[in-house]
Amino acid sequence: MTDIVANPIAANTGFHRTEAAEKRLRRRYAAEQRFKIYGIIAITLAIGMLVLLLFTILRNGVTAFQQTAIQLEVTLDPAVIDPKGTGNPADWDRAAFQDLVHDALYKEFPDVSRGDRRELRRMISPVAGVFLGNQVLKDPSMLGQTVSVWLPASDPINQIVKGRIDRELPEANRPVSDQQLAWLDQLRERGDSKTIFNSTFFTASDSNYPELAGLWGSVVGSIFTLAVTLVLALPIGVAAAVYLEEFAPKNKFTDLIEVNINNLAAVPSIVFGLLGLAVFLNFFGMPRSAPLVGGMVIALMSLPTIIIASRAALKAVPPSIREAALGMGASKLQTVWHHVLPLAMPGILTGTIIAMAQALGETAPLLMIGMNAFVTAPPTGLLSSSSVLPVQIYIWADAPERGFVELTSAAIMILLIFLITMNGIAIYLRKKFERRW
Amino acid sequence: MPIQLTVAVLLILSAIGYWIGRQRAMSVSGGRVASLHSVPNYYGSFVAVWAGIPALLLVLFFLMLKGPVIEMLVLGAMSPDAVLSWAKASISPNDFQALSTAGIAGADALAETQRNLMMINIRNLATGQERFVNPAVVDALLPAAQHMQHLEATSRWSLFAICMAIAAGALFITHRKITPQFRARNNVERVVTWGLIVCSVIAILTTVGIVLSLLFESMRFFARVSPVEFLFGLQWSPQTAIRADQVGASGAFGAIPLFTGTLLIATVAMAVALPLGLLSAIYLSEYAPRRVRDTVKPVLEILAGIPTVVYGFFAILTVAPFVRDMGVALGLPVSSNSALAAGIVMGIMIVPFVSSLSDDVINAVPQSLRDGSYGLGATRSETIRQVILPAALPGIVGAFLLAVSRAIGETMIVVMAAGMAANLTFNPLDAVTTVTVQIAALLTGDQEFESAKTLSAFALGFVLFFATLALNVVALRVVQKYREKYD
Repeated sequence: MTDIVANPIAANTGFHRTEAAEKRLRRRYAAEQRFKIYGIIAITLAIGMLVLLLFTILRNGVTAFQQTAIQLEVTLDPAVIDPKGTGNPADWDRAAFQDLVHDALYKEFPDVSRGDRRELRRMISPVAGVFLGNQVLKDPSMLGQTVSVWLPASDPINQIVKGRIDRELPEANRPVSDQQLAWLDQLRERGDSKTIFNSTFFTASDSNYPELAGLWGSVVGSIFTLAVTLVLALPIGVAAAVYLEEFAPKNKFTDLIEVNINNLAAVPSIVFGLLGLAVFLNFFGMPRSAPLVGGMVIALMSLPTIIIASRAALKAVPPSIREAALGMGASKLQTVWHHVLPLAMPGILTGTIIAMAQALGETAPLLMIGMNAFVTAPPTGLLSSSSVLPVQIYIWADAPERGFVELTSAAIMILLIFLITMNGIAIYLRKKFERRW
Repeated sequence: MPIQLTVAVLLILSAIGYWIGRQRAMSVSGGRVASLHSVPNYYGSFVAVWAGIPALLLVLFFLMLKGPVIEMLVLGAMSPDAVLSWAKASISPNDFQALSTAGIAGADALAETQRNLMMINIRNLATGQERFVNPAVVDALLPAAQHMQHLEATSRWSLFAICMAIAAGALFITHRKITPQFRARNNVERVVTWGLIVCSVIAILTTVGIVLSLLFESMRFFARVSPVEFLFGLQWSPQTAIRADQVGASGAFGAIPLFTGTLLIATVAMAVALPLGLLSAIYLSEYAPRRVRDTVKPVLEILAGIPTVVYGFFAILTVAPFVRDMGVALGLPVSSNSALAAGIVMGIMIVPFVSSLSDDVINAVPQSLRDGSYGLGATRSETIRQVILPAALPGIVGAFLLAVSRAIGETMIVVMAAGMAANLTFNPLDAVTTVTVQIAALLTGDQEFESAKTLSAFALGFVLFFATLALNVVALRVVQKYREKYD
């Protein structure tokens, strides 16, 4: 400050060097700093929320890929499994497998009284018999033997082992009794309990039991739905963009179409669901929960996005290309089809992939057309009942069992991986084919 | 004759037509392709287009009309006896009494819902799904079901025959038309241009479809509930009574609690999104070095790409418990699905939307205004607050309105994190419900057709559609006006 005062000009304008002016200046600079910090705080908050969200999902979801299993010596008595004695798996008593599992469990803990057996049974999954049945079906030679198999533990035990339920809680506040904890510790000491990779999560469809619930059905449903969306929205969207950008005369009608497209892009997604319900289901009588209808509704939703992106890509192709083609005697349509469209294709594809990524995460309109049905098998066709990934997440988020919290988070991880991959491809395409004219 | 087969045969015919047309063009040119008006491929396309498209359009038309027409024919041909014996086993004794004493001439005597129910029975019988049909009515409906099967089969065969005739006729005529002078390219291009126009009209058809379906279903709702009660009523409990004497289920359709709930959550969301979005846009466009800007912007965009169902789960898993714990710590009663939690998460979702729109408007302010302000000795923040923000205000207002319309139409976050009970309150710590939550709740799961409860969802959708449309139109106007000012 001293050398500024020494400056003759500053010294002459003494008005700005008074005590009050110095104070004013300090205040203004402080305000400047504060304002800058507000901006940093805003960005930090927004990004912090993103990090918190991803962290929460990751922390809750990672454990879903592991499943606690218990090893049991099961005696596969043919007289129980195959009471008719036909040897045909269709005649097997599927419910008997669960009883066999329970018998094996009683043998594992021979000194448990009859009264405590109910509690003991709760150690193993109520659908362990399904897993056992599937194993025997794969290898029928197991029949009549005593085999040692790993079967899923029940959901509360699973949550305790993974540490998602605190075992130090008072007994009344946790779903697992002290007795069950003691049994669990015995099993683990003997090496009869461990966590194994949860392959069911990737191969099964929805179920009421977290041990048996998987994502495969909804992934297939999503693929079917997106396929319908792509087949409808891409050609129609590109055709509309080509017409509006290259052919349309400037008149009231084309203005109307443009205003329309811009407004459609901002219509709430649930309104498209209402449209699908009223028109596709109630008026045309199409089936509920079908990927075909879901794909059609989402195609209508994605159209504005694809049209807007395609128009931008077409606009970016310089007029000289068109003029050259026209000058060589090509017709207007030939010019577009042979020259403009191929050059605009990378931009169109990028826009389409981004629109598809949005479509993959869309939930609300699909609820309206019944895609939240409880479907336990992957869809076999475009008209069969099906769920989709985000709707599956919604259904699981509502489920009361503790195990579904981790399954929901894991399903979100899978969904986000799909989205990141799709957006990554779009960015790669844009970088690779981006062209400056 | 399944319809898929008809379509497949048509496609094959069309492909053959391409080949025939091309060959024909080559042969009429006498080996001198240059004497043709168009390239040979266009002659092929000419034949293929006319052989394929008219017949395929007919198939589409047929698929759209087949169901209702066959139903009408089947119902029209039903004998009064069959209708009565179905009604005896299927509708309430009182209704049946009224029906039989009136003396009926056919299916027209039934109410619309009853007729639909009977149609479902007939359809199930006709498609061999007898297990869904009450055994008591099978005998009465069997003739109608057989009639339906017969009509189905006949219609499909006649469709096939007509399509083949059209395709073959078109093949023959177009084939004859091919001469060296024939302008095949112009013809094909005209068809393609019409195709392009049809595709761009689909956007308009979608809007018309939305408006008509919402309008139509809302009219049916307003025939049952007066619009005044709907728009100004203070109580919302859409459970309508199944029996007239039922207690506590009168069904009230006053939508004011839903509107206030929607506005409350949207207000919380905007209170989060506007400062965060605006301040980060200002920081990024005016202060941040290029490197920071290039990394932070895409990261913020990620927030916009996360599906809303994920935000909903985040809200119930993390934010709602946090808000409740904070409330408990402060001694406030907080509902476990408070408007505050849903609003905060929705606000986070909208941040990138607000920030990228504000970024656009801030960048559109001419540099000369900034330079002028700096020249007078103003600091950066003074320039921003006293020059740039006032200049960009219309644009920011537009961005704000667009964001509000987003918040109002958002569904999944509120479906998962907000409440179901329609409380008329302005306290963000209470649970409120929104328009979108109610639409989703009324239309998922088991629906009763034709009930005021189900139809009320469409009336809510109607309000939602026009509210967001109005916000968007106004916002776009404002933004456009503002752009013109500085262009």
